[in-house]
Amino acid sequence: MAFAPCIGLEVHVELDTESKMFCQCRNEFGAAPNSRCCPVCLGLPGSLPVPNRKAVEYVIRTGLALDCQVAERCRFARKNYFYPDLPKNFQISQYDEPLTYGGHFHLQVNGQQKRIRIRRAHLEEDTGKNIHLPDGRSLVDYNRCGIPLMEIVTEPDFSSPEECRVYLTELRAILRYIEVSTANMEEGVMRAEPTVNLIDSDTGEATPMVEIKNLNSIKSVYEAVKYEIQRHWRCLESGEEMYQETRLWDEQNSLTATMRRKESADDYMYFPEPDLVPLVPEHEWIEEIRASLPELPSALRQRLVERYELPEYGAEVITADRDTAVYYEQIVEAGADPKAASNWLMGDVMGYLNEQSLEIADLKVAPEQLAELLALIESNTISGKIAKDVFVKMAETGQSAQEVVKAEGLQQISDESELGRLVDEAIAKNPKAVEDFKSGKERALGAMVGYIMGQTRGQANPQLVNQMLREKLGQM
Amino acid sequence: MAEISPEEVQHVADLARLALPPEELARVGRELNRILVYFQELQELNTDDVAITSHAVAMENVYREDSSRPSLPVEEVIANAPDSAEVFFRVPRIVDK
Repeated sequence: MAFAPCIGLEVHVELDTESKMFCQCRNEFGAAPNSRCCPVCLGLPGSLPVPNRKAVEYVIRTGLALDCQVAERCRFARKNYFYPDLPKNFQISQYDEPLTYGGHFHLQVNGQQKRIRIRRAHLEEDTGKNIHLPDGRSLVDYNRCGIPLMEIVTEPDFSSPEECRVYLTELRAILRYIEVSTANMEEGVMRAEPTVNLIDSDTGEATPMVEIKNLNSIKSVYEAVKYEIQRHWRCLESGEEMYQETRLWDEQNSLTATMRRKESADDYMYFPEPDLVPLVPEHEWIEEIRASLPELPSALRQRLVERYELPEYGAEVITADRDTAVYYEQIVEAGADPKAASNWLMGDVMGYLNEQSLEIADLKVAPEQLAELLALIESNTISGKIAKDVFVKMAETGQSAQEVVKAEGLQQISDESELGRLVDEAIAKNPKAVEDFKSGKERALGAMVGYIMGQTRGQANPQLVNQMLREKLGQM
Repeated sequence: MAEISPEEVQHVADLARLALPPEELARVGRELNRILVYFQELQELNTDDVAITSHAVAMENVYREDSSRPSLPVEEVIANAPDSAEVFFRVPRIVDK
C-alpha cells in the first residue's frame, strides 16, 4: 500500500481597499451592524455594480507575486445559491475565467525545496455575517457583504501539515509585503480551507475528499490537517466507511466533525454576470504593477543570509514583517555590525514592542539612533547592560542615545586611575574573596567585580575591571 | 435535441427551491420543452465564426476609483426588510440541502 496525503489549500483574503468591490460603501471592520450598506451591496432593484479598479490591481499584484499569468480577458460570473448571507441570491465571483492563473510557489521545508502549483487567484465579493438565534431564526449584518475578496487556490500538492503551515505563513508575509491585505486570520481577513485525502499513486485508489472549515489561525490549520490525515489512516485500517464531506474543526476538542455530506456536486448555475463588462487588463498596466512589486520575503531572506551572514532563523524572524526588515537594513546601513544589529532587533527591540503591544512603525527610536546606541557599546562608552536601560529610555522619550547617556550620567567608567582606586577598595573590603581567589576559586572574583559595579551603579567598564583586578591580585 | 426529462425538471425545480406537485411538474416540463424547441431552431444557424457573446454592448474595462462615500442610514437599510430586529435583518432558519 502506498497511500500518501494530498492536501490542497483554498485561501480567501479580504483586500485592503478603502471602499467595497462594487459600490462606494466603506470597507471597514467593526462598524455598527448594517451601517455600511447601500442599494448596490443590498441588491436592491435597479442598482448596478461598478468594479473597484484598485481591487483588480491588488489581485493582479498578488498573481504576479505568485508567478501567475494574468488573463488577457476575463469576466465575472454569478454564483447562484440560496443562503441569506448575500441579499442578491448570488455572489459575483469568477468561474471559468479567473483574473490570474497557473502560478507556482517555492516552498522550503526542513531545508528541502518543493514546488507548489497555484491554480488561480481570482476576485469575488465577500458575504454578510449571520448570527444564529436559539429560536432557529438568524440575524444578518451586511457590512461585510461586497468587500473585495480574493480567492487563491493551490493544486493538491501539499503532503504534510507542516508544508501547509509554512505555505500559509509565507503567503501571509507576501500579502503584507505587497500591501494588498492585513491578512489577519484571527479577524477573519484571511481564511484557509484545506481539502484532504489519501491517494495511492500506484493504483489511483483514494479516500473521499474532505474539506475543512472553521479555521481561524495557521496553527488550527496545522492541527486540523494533522487530525484529518490520521482519521483517514484510521478509517483505512479499520474499514470504517468514509464520505465526501465538509467537516468543521472543533478547536476545543481538537477534532473535526461532519458539517454536511456532499451526495452530488454542488450546482451553482454559474453564468456570466450580465451587469459587468469583461476585464481586459492592459499590458502597460500589468508591467507597471510588476515593476512596483517590492522584494518578496524569500528573496529578501536569502539576501540577508548571504550579505550579512545571518543565520536562517534570524533572517526568518526579521523578514516576517517588511517594516522590521527595512528597519534592520537601515541600522546596518547606519554603520552597525550586522550581527549585533540582528541580536538587538530580535532581543531588546522586539521584546519592548511585544511588551508595549506596538508595531515597529510606532517605535520612537529611529534605526540611525539604534545604530548610534550600538556604536556607544562598541566604543566602550557604555556597557551592554546599561545600553538596555538606555534603549528603553530612548523608546519612551524619543531622545538619542547620547542625550540619554549624558542626561543620566551613564558613561562607562574606563578611567584607569579611578578604576585603580576602586580595585584597591574592593580588595580591601573583601578579604575572604581575595583569599578564596588566591586558593584557586575563580568565582570569588565575582564578589569584587560586583562590589565595583555596585559602587559605580554598573558604569564601570567590566572588561577593564576584570583585567585590573586580576593584575592586582596576581601581584599580591 | 433531446427532450428535457422529468428528472431534469425536478432537478431544476430543486435548484430554484420550488416544491411542485406532480401535475405541475408535468406542465412545467412541457413548457420548458417548448422553449427548447425555439433554441433548436436557433441552433440551425452556422455560428462558427461568431465569438460567444455574453454582453449585448461591446464595452470593456469599466472601473471606478477606490473612494468611499457615506452609506445609507441603518433605518433605511432595513426599511424594506420583511422582518428585522433592531439594526439587523431577521430571517427564518435556512436548511442547507
